[in-house]
Amino acid sequence: MIGRLLSLAFLLAGLWVLPAQALDPGEALSNPALETRARALSQELRCLVCQNQSIDDSDAPLARDLRQMVRTRLSAGDSDAQIRAAVVERYGEFALFRPRLASHTAPLWAMPIIILLLGGFFGFRLMRQKTSTPPQ
Amino acid sequence: MIAELGHFILVLALVVALAQAFVPLAFLRHETGNATALSFATRASYLQVLLIGASFAALTYAFVRSDFSLMVVFANSHAAKPMIYKIAGVWGNHEGSMLLWTLILAAYGAAFALTSKRLPARFSSFVMVTQGLLGSAFLSFLLFTSNPFARLLPAPFAGQGLTPILQDPALAAHPPLLYAGYVGFSMSFAFAIAALATAGEPHEGRDNNWARWMRPWILTAWIFLTLGIALGSYWAYYELGWGGFWFWDPVENASLMPWLAGTALLHSALVAETRDTLKRWTLLLAIVTFALSLSGTFLVRSGVLTSVHAFANDPERGVYILAILVGFTAGALALYAYRLPKLAPDGAFQPVSREGLLLANNIFLATATVTVFVGTIYPLVLDGLGMGKISVGAPYFNAVFAPLAVPFAILLPLGPLLTWRQGHLAPLRVYVAMGAAAALLLTVSLVLLRGPHSIMVLALFAASFWLVLGAGLDLYRKLFPHRAKLWRFWSLPSTAFSAPLAHGGLGVLMLGILAATQWREEVVVAASPGQEIDIASITLRYDGLREIEGPNYRAEQARLSYLTGAHAGSYLFPERRFYEAERSQTTEAAITTDLTGHLYAVVGETANDKRVLRIWYHPYVAFIWLGALLMAAGGGFGLRTRLRRGA
Repeated sequence: MIGRLLSLAFLLAGLWVLPAQALDPGEALSNPALETRARALSQELRCLVCQNQSIDDSDAPLARDLRQMVRTRLSAGDSDAQIRAAVVERYGEFALFRPRLASHTAPLWAMPIIILLLGGFFGFRLMRQKTSTPPQ
Repeated sequence: MIAELGHFILVLALVVALAQAFVPLAFLRHETGNATALSFATRASYLQVLLIGASFAALTYAFVRSDFSLMVVFANSHAAKPMIYKIAGVWGNHEGSMLLWTLILAAYGAAFALTSKRLPARFSSFVMVTQGLLGSAFLSFLLFTSNPFARLLPAPFAGQGLTPILQDPALAAHPPLLYAGYVGFSMSFAFAIAALATAGEPHEGRDNNWARWMRPWILTAWIFLTLGIALGSYWAYYELGWGGFWFWDPVENASLMPWLAGTALLHSALVAETRDTLKRWTLLLAIVTFALSLSGTFLVRSGVLTSVHAFANDPERGVYILAILVGFTAGALALYAYRLPKLAPDGAFQPVSREGLLLANNIFLATATVTVFVGTIYPLVLDGLGMGKISVGAPYFNAVFAPLAVPFAILLPLGPLLTWRQGHLAPLRVYVAMGAAAALLLTVSLVLLRGPHSIMVLALFAASFWLVLGAGLDLYRKLFPHRAKLWRFWSLPSTAFSAPLAHGGLGVLMLGILAATQWREEVVVAASPGQEIDIASITLRYDGLREIEGPNYRAEQARLSYLTGAHAGSYLFPERRFYEAERSQTTEAAITTDLTGHLYAVVGETANDKRVLRIWYHPYVAFIWLGALLMAAGGGFGLRTRLRRGA
């Protein structure tokens, strides 16, 4: 009872905070392959009323609803991409923890590669340059 | 009264810090003033730590006495709280934690003043001037925006308490450790400033001496930061209710960035010291590492990020810290650009050599740092530009870090095996072939035992095994000359242990992460008393629930009996706690901690007269923190070497 009241208080405060817990009993799908996909997908979807938690980690009602939606659609034969698209359509891109590759997210995905290449370039140049000068 | 005294002392400390920053500068304008500058700055450093220490003691006194006429005590403490959390409450809030930050800064300054007798007076003076500037900035931040001694009159009868999830022994120690790490990098920052300020001036000795002087301080900061992050991760693991150990939360990222940059700095300073090269890069890295420590503070304290850590969000404070961050970073970079030409050119470089691999290490670590930085900042920037709201979370970071970790871990063990200058791979061929074969064999046996995994996971497993094996080989080679007196453990050279422990620790940590994430098992049931639960070839029985009273909470405690396995006959007692004063609840997981795996039980809410139980098996999860401890121990051995040789 107290737990319920507190949950309500947190909801009213606008954010679902700790403690975090995952699935409820009976939520998991009986088909293990589908359930594995459901878990993987749930970990990529953000619980929108939580602090940086995936719907897989949260026991907020919204997260539960989304987990059920993911499982219903998986059972109906939807692909992962279709489910992601459906979530984005309803909640926006904010709901994806792994941003899609698009023009506005390109720098995000390109940056590690750019830094690695730059580092390699400067490192290589450093060695080429220095081999020609006599060691001090 | 004590509080007013504490406040007054803090004002005095600001005056002393300002004097420490500016008076020596006047003397340093002439070569003849070096000794005077040093003796002034040294005394100011000692005085500063005494004053801030006294002020900190005054605040602690107010918390211990539950003096609710102080705003921070009222908002963050409660009379019915155990003593350890009253004391920990001092830094469990914004004002107190910033006071702790400045205290640690002053302590580092005094420690430097005490141990730097053999350094040139001019260089030491510049280090202390920089410390004085930092002290002035943070003390004025405290006094003008975050006064810990603000009164609340009339005084309330009861405090609001400390957030229950923060009432935990690990979290009492987490902020001091983390701060000792963050603030420790102010030392390498100050050394970089001093090195730049004195660049090109006639020195006693070579112009890369600063790298040697800097190393023990980088090591100290790095050890504290490693322990602080590991402790925070362990706390999250057992407290947040399901056994996650790293969430790629922006606040975790804020501590990971200086750690990654600091690790790079640790290695590049080694190259600068030994080979007189990568000096420019090392100085830049020293500046950047501290800037990242500061931006960690900015991100957490400004409320730019919402998180459990961001207590007391206040834009005004955010702006002030941002000004400190920008001021020091921009100032340091300007000095860097201005003085860089004065630095003697970098020495020769060969790709196949220890320094060549240390350069590769730096490229990977820099990439990792930038990835975390961009991943943390990008959503804020995009939102700020009105280009939409996106989330960057664990799946992104995992996707980028996994392919970076593999080549990093493959190259890593080669570094210590190669010599400086011109290393030769040929003599190492046997070792490399043996190590690679053993790592692959272990990985194949994993597939046979545990079933198929993705290619990336297998590559990570192989790389982690290779890391541990490589560290073992490194240790073997370093101890081989001492094989006759291995039993005299304490007399063995510390250098033999530092790199193998730190590198092997990373391998152990990676194995722990892989095993715990890949092989985790989970059972969620609604159970009635007497029901049996099977997980990870263990059978448990749910015995029922009872109510218990804690010192400042009530709890529902469930009992689970082990029916089979090595723990048969023992119990697990997971709890749900309700904190009256703070009006909130926590779940206390019951964990059986074996090295091979943790059984992790949580009691949930009621569902149709049954009780929801969530039970996890986390295989080898302890390796994560064991690995971190090994890394810190490696750092400790490195520090011991330095202290024995003398700074």
